[in-house]
Amino acid sequence: MIATKRFNFGTPELLFTLSVAVLLIVVVFPMLLIFFNAFWVDGHFNVTDVLRVLQRQETYQALGNSLVLSGGVTVTGTLVGTLFAWLVTRTDLPFKKTMKLLFLVPFMLPAFIGALAWKMLLSPRAGYINRFFMDYLGFDSPIFNIYSYAGIILVETMYLFPFVFIQVSGALERMDPTLEESARISGADLFTITRKITIPLVMPSILSGALLIMLYSMAHFGTVAVLGIETGIYNIPTLIYEKIHQSAGSFDSIRTATVLATVLVITAAAILWLQNRILSKGRYQIIAGKSFRPSELKLRGLRIPILIFCLAYIALTIVLPTVTIFMVGGLKTYGLPFALENMTWANYSHILFEWDLTRDSIWNSISLGLASALVTMFAGVIISYVIVKMKVRGKGLLEFLGMLPFSVPGSVIALGVILAWSGKFGVSLYNTVWIILIAYIARYMAFSLKANSAALEQVHDSLVEAARASGATMAQALRDVVIPLVRPGMVAAFFLIFLPALRELTVSVLLYGPTTRTIGVAIYTLNEDGETVYSAALAGIALIIIVTGEVLIKRLVTGKNAA
Amino acid sequence: MAYIELKQVTKLFGAVRAVDRLDLDIAQGECVAMLGPSGCGKTTTLRMVAGFEDLDDGAIRVGERIISSKRDNFYLPPEHRNFGMVFQAFAVWPHLSVYENVAFPLRIRKLPKEEIAARTEEALKHTNLWKAAGDSPDDLSGGGKQRVALARALAIRPDVMLLDEPLSSLDPHFREEMRFEIKDLQRRFGFSILYVTHDQSEAMALSDRILVMRSGVVQQVGTPLEVYGEPANRFVFEFIGLSCFLDADLTPTGMRINGVDAAWPAGIAPAPELLAAGRACLAARPSEIDFVGEGGLRGIVSRKAYLGETVDYRVMVGDAEIRVQKGRRVPGPGIGEAVGLAFPRPHWYPTA
Repeated sequence: MIATKRFNFGTPELLFTLSVAVLLIVVVFPMLLIFFNAFWVDGHFNVTDVLRVLQRQETYQALGNSLVLSGGVTVTGTLVGTLFAWLVTRTDLPFKKTMKLLFLVPFMLPAFIGALAWKMLLSPRAGYINRFFMDYLGFDSPIFNIYSYAGIILVETMYLFPFVFIQVSGALERMDPTLEESARISGADLFTITRKITIPLVMPSILSGALLIMLYSMAHFGTVAVLGIETGIYNIPTLIYEKIHQSAGSFDSIRTATVLATVLVITAAAILWLQNRILSKGRYQIIAGKSFRPSELKLRGLRIPILIFCLAYIALTIVLPTVTIFMVGGLKTYGLPFALENMTWANYSHILFEWDLTRDSIWNSISLGLASALVTMFAGVIISYVIVKMKVRGKGLLEFLGMLPFSVPGSVIALGVILAWSGKFGVSLYNTVWIILIAYIARYMAFSLKANSAALEQVHDSLVEAARASGATMAQALRDVVIPLVRPGMVAAFFLIFLPALRELTVSVLLYGPTTRTIGVAIYTLNEDGETVYSAALAGIALIIIVTGEVLIKRLVTGKNAA
Repeated sequence: MAYIELKQVTKLFGAVRAVDRLDLDIAQGECVAMLGPSGCGKTTTLRMVAGFEDLDDGAIRVGERIISSKRDNFYLPPEHRNFGMVFQAFAVWPHLSVYENVAFPLRIRKLPKEEIAARTEEALKHTNLWKAAGDSPDDLSGGGKQRVALARALAIRPDVMLLDEPLSSLDPHFREEMRFEIKDLQRRFGFSILYVTHDQSEAMALSDRILVMRSGVVQQVGTPLEVYGEPANRFVFEFIGLSCFLDADLTPTGMRINGVDAAWPAGIAPAPELLAAGRACLAARPSEIDFVGEGGLRGIVSRKAYLGETVDYRVMVGDAEIRVQKGRRVPGPGIGEAVGLAFPRPHWYPTA
């Protein structure tokens, strides 16, 4: 032990300092700038001014909208997610395994692309479904206006309900079936059991999934931006965007943005804290070893109708929007009917091979995704190593700093990065890809830390000690023992970052410059500029890239597990 | 008349006959243990009685009432069978207090408030849980949780109690204590018990009769004494208690085991049909093999170990090792000594 200490003299401290420095620069400094800008006016601390900003109509309306929208999405998403989770785990619904996979598909699809599709289908004047009802079925007015609170809530629900679905179906699958059987033998029918035993026992999972939906919806930019701005529905992230972009950096709009960001951070932190509490304290020990299959509710006559309902849900929420995107992407002009003579491949080849804006965006997203995934993966390994394995004082601080971005919504990170890197402190990265890269690193660091510390915790200290006892130096032990063992964690971290980065919108939309659009930004801005057809075509390409990536990775990961 | 009757009860899992034409009668107030290795179909049988599994053939009757019948495709749902059941993994509800757990079946039955209170209290007192009534079951030990499960099953005053390995999740010393408690409760309330276990001593201690199962087929039903003393076949013999088996060639005058001959002493020869086959398996409990100075099956003591009350010998007969156990007070041979083995209570089974 003494020898070990002498050899490592200075090394842990060096790594620790380095890690703290990285996190300080990338995460803490921008965050502090936000609070500083929000609360520091004319050289002193000022809360009344913050309150004044909050009392402005547009501010409190955005806050209220965020609350209404995320609250609504949380309620509907939780209901939908719990219902489907219960159906695939506790009933004799046909093709349950396939249905379970299908219900997870919305997770792969970016919500803002879905919003785009629904806009094409249900916008009051031009939406294809609305027009069909008005032109052919004699309706006087559109059947549904997607530019509304209900519209936004519905679209977000479609893409966010898997948070609850995953948590609840997992809990129901792991739950000891005799907990329900003992209620049955006690005289309770299946309905009573569901109400009094099953639902209460998985309530912590339901709540934790619900809070994840709320957290995500609160910080979500895309859907509200696509569907809300038309009718003036802003939430916090879209108002921050509005302030930063439209007002060209005036002091007052930056302050408003920082105040909004502060509210968002506090809310997000509160939600995460609550979720942590529910998970650590409220989760029951309901898992047991030996078990039979849980009794399934026989749906009997309802079996086929419910299957049709589920399939219709999937057709409506996954297939219809996806098909719409590809069809509109192939139209000669937006608004033409879907007839063969109106279709063309030209849009796709144009955005892929001719148009710099879209070609650049694909290239930007891929290179940004790769770069941020690589940097974050390696930084994550080092920082997790310090957190998990090294005995240095203050590593709790490191852990806190690393996980901080987890509770920081993307628009807040982007805002902080703007404040830090647009020249005020000697470095101006504004309008370059570097500023987006820094923001991505800050945003995804927590993912990498999670994956890497989980992997490192599996590597018992005695493995390194055995290597040292066999004559390896610390560096050799790391290279030959630790790194090979944590490689799966690193690979996982890489893809956990690369895939979301590919479709990222919330952060990059605040940071992009003329030549640094990402795929998400390009789709969004093309849509804003009325280039609906090109926007849809690019969205189609993005969907292909994303789904291919997801499938390849699933293959890779399961293939590895099998070996 | 038998209170519970299982007739030709059969369960298929795919092509596997998990339970094959099982017949069993249980009298009122009787305790029957189903004993067998894991996967023998005992738990499946219990679950069919409880109503969690449908039958692929046969019927189950309780009192005057058919509760499961393949022919009529009728299955009374578990919640209407009015049985008490205790599961291996306790299955007490962590979101309810001990009291609420026990009161649950009474509340479901919508009994009057005073009766719920009285019966819950009674059940809790009989299981020594009255003091813990307000606690969360998660604060109790395994034994405590299993008491809650027992109290919950008792509260409805069932005529039939189904116990699915109720003791195997408990620490060994709790196990014996709980055994007595279950037996006491049965004496007091007079319910019938169908008890599933893979632990033979548990089955022996608790039950009036034991049903031994293997691969879905009943091997023997009898009192503990019968099953131990007169095992119906080699499997039962081996599953219950210590055993040793020797394949023997038979002649009218004696047997040959591993090239060693022994003449028949009076009374131990197998039944004539086995004798006629010329080959059979001799089964004996190690404690029921005697050392004799002359005659018997000759062998040499190869090992000797003191196990406290008993002494464990290994005797080589040819190249077969035979286990013999004797009380420590009985003077026995030393290692290397030539001895004769006598089998005063031999069992003969056809060779495997």
